Amino acid sequence: MKVIGQSRRRVDARAKVTGQARFADDLALPRMLFCKLLRSPHPHALVRQLDAGAARAAAGVALVLTGDDFTVAYGIMPVSQDEYPLARGKVRYVGDPVAAVVAASEREAAEAAALIRVSYEPLATVASPEEALRRPEPRIHDYGEGPNVHRLAHFAFGDVESALANADRVFEDVFFYEGNTHLPLEQHASVAALDPDGRLTLWSSTQTPHYVHRELARALDVPAHRIRVVATPNGGGFGGKSDPFNHEIVVAKAALVTGRPVKITLTREEVFYAHRGRHPVLMRLKTGVKRDGTIVAMDLETLLDGGAYGSYGAASTLYTGQLQTVTYHVPRYRFRACRAFTNKPPCGPKRGHGTPQPRFAQEVQLDKIAVGLGRDPADLRLQQIESPGALTANWLRIGTIGLKACIERVVEGSGWRERRGRLPSGHGLGLACSSYLCGAGLPIYWNEMPHSGVQLQFDRSGRVTAFCGATEIGQGSDDVLAAIVAEVLGLEAGDVRLVTGDTDVTPVDLGSYSSRVTLMMGNAAIQAAERARAMLAAAAATRLGVPAERLAFAERRVFDVENPAAAMTFQEAVVAAEVAHGTLGTTGSYRPPRSAARYRGGGVGPSSAYSYTAAVVEVEVDATTGWIRVPKVWVAHDIGRVLNPVLARGQVEGGVYMGLGETLMEEQAFRRLPPRLSSALVHRIPSILEYKSPTSLEMPEVVTYFVEEPDPGGPFGAKEVGQGPLLPVAPAVANAIFDAVGVRVDEVPITPDLVLKGLEEKAKGRKPRVGPAAFPAVPWPEALVVPPPWEGGDGKAVNEKAQSRDVLPTAHSGTAGVKV
Amino acid sequence: MMRAPDFRYHAARSVKDAARALRDGGSDAMLLAGGTDLVPNLKRRQMAPTLLVAIRHLRDLRRVRNGSGLVLGSARRLSEIAADPKVRRHYAALAGAAGAVATPQIRNMGTLGGNLCLDTRCTYYNQSHEWREAISFCMKAPGATGGLACTSPTGDAICWVATSSPRCWAVSSTDTAPALIALGARVTLVSADGERELPLEELYADDGMAYLTRRPDEILTAVHLAPPEADRRSTYWKLRRRGSFDFPVLSVAAAVRFGGAGRVEEARLVLGAVASRPVVVPETSALVGGSLTDDEIEALADSAAGHATPLDNTDLAYAWRKKMVRRYVSGALRELRSGA
Amino acid sequence: MKSGSDERLARIALKVNGERRELLAAGYKTLLEVLREDLGLTGTKHGCELGECGACAVQVNGEPVLSCLLLALDCDGASITTVEGLARGPELSRLQAAFADLGAAQCGYCTPGILVTAQALLDRNPRPSRQEIAEALSGNLCRCTGYLQIFEAVEEAARAGAETTAPAAAGREVS
Repeated sequence: MKVIGQSRRRVDARAKVTGQARFADDLALPRMLFCKLLRSPHPHALVRQLDAGAARAAAGVALVLTGDDFTVAYGIMPVSQDEYPLARGKVRYVGDPVAAVVAASEREAAEAAALIRVSYEPLATVASPEEALRRPEPRIHDYGEGPNVHRLAHFAFGDVESALANADRVFEDVFFYEGNTHLPLEQHASVAALDPDGRLTLWSSTQTPHYVHRELARALDVPAHRIRVVATPNGGGFGGKSDPFNHEIVVAKAALVTGRPVKITLTREEVFYAHRGRHPVLMRLKTGVKRDGTIVAMDLETLLDGGAYGSYGAASTLYTGQLQTVTYHVPRYRFRACRAFTNKPPCGPKRGHGTPQPRFAQEVQLDKIAVGLGRDPADLRLQQIESPGALTANWLRIGTIGLKACIERVVEGSGWRERRGRLPSGHGLGLACSSYLCGAGLPIYWNEMPHSGVQLQFDRSGRVTAFCGATEIGQGSDDVLAAIVAEVLGLEAGDVRLVTGDTDVTPVDLGSYSSRVTLMMGNAAIQAAERARAMLAAAAATRLGVPAERLAFAERRVFDVENPAAAMTFQEAVVAAEVAHGTLGTTGSYRPPRSAARYRGGGVGPSSAYSYTAAVVEVEVDATTGWIRVPKVWVAHDIGRVLNPVLARGQVEGGVYMGLGETLMEEQAFRRLPPRLSSALVHRIPSILEYKSPTSLEMPEVVTYFVEEPDPGGPFGAKEVGQGPLLPVAPAVANAIFDAVGVRVDEVPITPDLVLKGLEEKAKGRKPRVGPAAFPAVPWPEALVVPPPWEGGDGKAVNEKAQSRDVLPTAHSGTAGVKV
Repeated sequence: MMRAPDFRYHAARSVKDAARALRDGGSDAMLLAGGTDLVPNLKRRQMAPTLLVAIRHLRDLRRVRNGSGLVLGSARRLSEIAADPKVRRHYAALAGAAGAVATPQIRNMGTLGGNLCLDTRCTYYNQSHEWREAISFCMKAPGATGGLACTSPTGDAICWVATSSPRCWAVSSTDTAPALIALGARVTLVSADGERELPLEELYADDGMAYLTRRPDEILTAVHLAPPEADRRSTYWKLRRRGSFDFPVLSVAAAVRFGGAGRVEEARLVLGAVASRPVVVPETSALVGGSLTDDEIEALADSAAGHATPLDNTDLAYAWRKKMVRRYVSGALRELRSGA
Repeated sequence: MKSGSDERLARIALKVNGERRELLAAGYKTLLEVLREDLGLTGTKHGCELGECGACAVQVNGEPVLSCLLLALDCDGASITTVEGLARGPELSRLQAAFADLGAAQCGYCTPGILVTAQALLDRNPRPSRQEIAEALSGNLCRCTGYLQIFEAVEEAARAGAETTAPAAAGREVS
């Protein structure tokens, strides 16, 4: 292959190194107005009165919007449309928007917003899921599966109790993974404007223009075909720009009302409030094993701190368990999950969506199992990798699995066999593995249309343009699209013009989330390009007088493979095809195969393919301070096929970086002031200085290996690489710390004070373990019983009826059901 | 984008002109040098001076003079101080401290005088106006002033770090002050009425609000260092989460003059970021006459820890930060001993 | 608005990417705001406006500084280089070319600040070590790359610079 697999300058590189890439905040339109949101200073309160008179009269102000201007609730998931662009009667976290001011300058808008008088009636707050379970009142929302409980799930894939009872050993641990946030360097920004014909356009830093498009139409009550959403290049997303956001709807409304362009750019502090980041998750994991460490059953409970709104929470909840079965063979599995509402910014999807937390639990516990049974942690894993093509206990169909090779590479590269346990005091090695999906098997809202569409258009100049709704967030989706089309048509990637992420002109792609773009857009692009190639080949074959099957496309030429002299340029082939077929264009589309998981909740987890990763992390721990330094990481990723090695390696290194950040320092932490003095519950550190993100000086050396075993589900066999490599980092660090100093830190982030505390416990002869003590009592619902494939199941629950627990208020019940 | 409020701007033509402008501006005027501390504070509406007197470009303040010692103009940038060969050779603690401030770009902007006068910091205070409104403000920047910093308590505003405390516990976060105090530096303050010189430690008060003894109309113009001595060594140890960006959550500056056979003739030890002012450890004098034995070092490390009162208003767990005082004092002194 | 004037608009003269520019801008504005909003040079980015991320770095008189912390008024008469000033006509500089080729720009948002900072490093130290590069860029946060490909790109630009002997091509990609 000429393009696929070659290290190339990405197609958008030039724009990005010259400052010409146009991010949302770089847009300036004539007569543009600026918007600022007034946000709640209260974590939980009723809005009694709002007086915007002074703001409306202030200099430069064109418009003030309040909750009265928006009557339709919205939200990314059809089952939890619980947000309003501006608060209607109630605020649920510090930062919840209550009003918007649109003015001639951003500063005038901010100054006028400060003139709005809001009278609040503060309510008691809920700061943690434990508190949410203890305190049913006051309720944050009037819907959910319990007071202040958003979602509950309980699955039994086989009889776990009896399997645990019969296991040789049972290991039980409680783990905690703190919340953290995406921290994209670009702060969210949006510009809305009316076209000359009166239609609305929104340019926005969004990863999901299609979902924004849908929600704008709903929230504004404007027909979707009269709205255009353009995703500008995202200055980093990582999942943080995947929800439709209040500010997007607000500026769209403001443009409709004023008839002028309106821009909003969030401050960094506001980005912390927009959040939708990693859920804090408390976990209890019980695993039964045979004497040699082979897993016989796993029992997982997770408790998620959802924050104040649903967001992707219905899916996040299930992701804290559903992918636990695709790495190692788990014969029986029970999974219970609970997502609580709290008075904090809503959590949602961050790189790895819901899975880094249980992955941390499982991989640290496997290390404990290995140590407890005297096994090498690498061998313990190698002996029970799930089989390629397997159907798991929870009915996920796996494709290729390159995990064995991944483990072998990092074991060899790191000198694991020789060095582990034998390094000088304070130095250690830790290993962990993971897997991730390549696109969710189901869309966010139930439909049977393609998940991704690509349209190709040809011109007699030889120009090829690819249209696709996919969104470039830095991951290189534009480059993937160009490369695949170019490969099939024998062109260079730079020959393909791209139009992406524009709902007016591109076919729908669901968005840059769940590591779906390369696989889904890639397959759609192949289909469109192959259809075009067939048309070109047919026309060229006639001209050249050779059978079309004998024609090859390479180096911008079309030629007879048996007689390369019989050839024409690509442009000549396009001309011939235009003569033969008329104006040239093709489409391609992709929809994932139907999942075998047919139980309620089985919509989360299925994917067309799964990627695998293994990592060894080396640490140095200062035993006098607990300080942790990571000098080197070896990471091997089963990517199926590398499309562009430069970009693939960048994704791995970036994933390791982000994984290290959340393992060692990042936390979305909150502060509640003494209740006798204040009802405040605030983000502790909503700044990029105090939210600690590793700098160039903290980054270790990273040795990256790719395992290429093409997966039949992926374009040219490719699987994802954007999210998977983050997953093993946290548990590998924790395991390395144990190897270095014999201390178990069962929570993330692993800070020096925790390590030192463990060392002090150890010195006192106590258990050298730091982490959460207990998992609270959760009112679990009756289990949805789904027999695993090897116990005669058919992918359905045997007691599906037991599972209609949703108590949605009437306002929400009209929405189309989604299978999650 | 966060934006500054309106202000008048006066580009001073001389130190004298600046002093006059500052006097005439009264309490509404502030000095602007590197801007790296002031500009964020303006944008967060912690301060709202109506007049900024710009002095970063003044030649008189940019000078370095070699006389009997070293005189550093207060508008010398931190990157210049850190790279100055003479500073690196003879005043290592200062070079280390200046080079450890924030980031390379900020060191290219920030001045020595600015770092010495750095506003005290606190995670309840270095926040936007809106955030501080959500906690009903605090003693240092109370609701009574509209959330602007003031230097004496007003009304019933409280310090959220220690709610029963009558004082503010914002943290002295300057890197260069502990180093310069350890080196025995003196500073010159100039006002329209004249000038005065004082030992640097006397510039600071143990109060998160009125943390400087400098009068608002005074300009810190120069830092004076004693002549280099071949047998004097100094060092600066800084504890922070990351190798860049972060303010210290603990720092230790130590300077020791050795006599023959490693005998300590003079020693100064200063802690940073553990109180509202740099803390001079008085027990350091006990080192004089000794030879920095392990026992002497550990005894001093214990004493030093007793002077540190880290609280829950910076990064990292405060109980752990307190433990680190011993470790860092011990480390700094051992480093000086090993270089003997 | 100089010397105590209370006019809200300030007259500022700058030399930006080699061109003299005189403008009237709101006096409260930082250089960042003037570059982006008054001069239309949106290549310079912002991620916090408080000096905490490095995205807004530009060169002032050849040294990298943060445009979000520098009042435009304080820049009167200064010479400023932004990312738009790195290329020579349509040709990428060696550093830009290396960034493009080696994956140093993913989302591209931190890239302008890193480019001007790294260029200043190469201008004073043509063959920096890996550690010197990491130190020089320690004030520029990047959330995408993990920095390693950025380090490699700076090293590649330095290598390419050392190999180019033609003085006319100094600092530029020749292609």
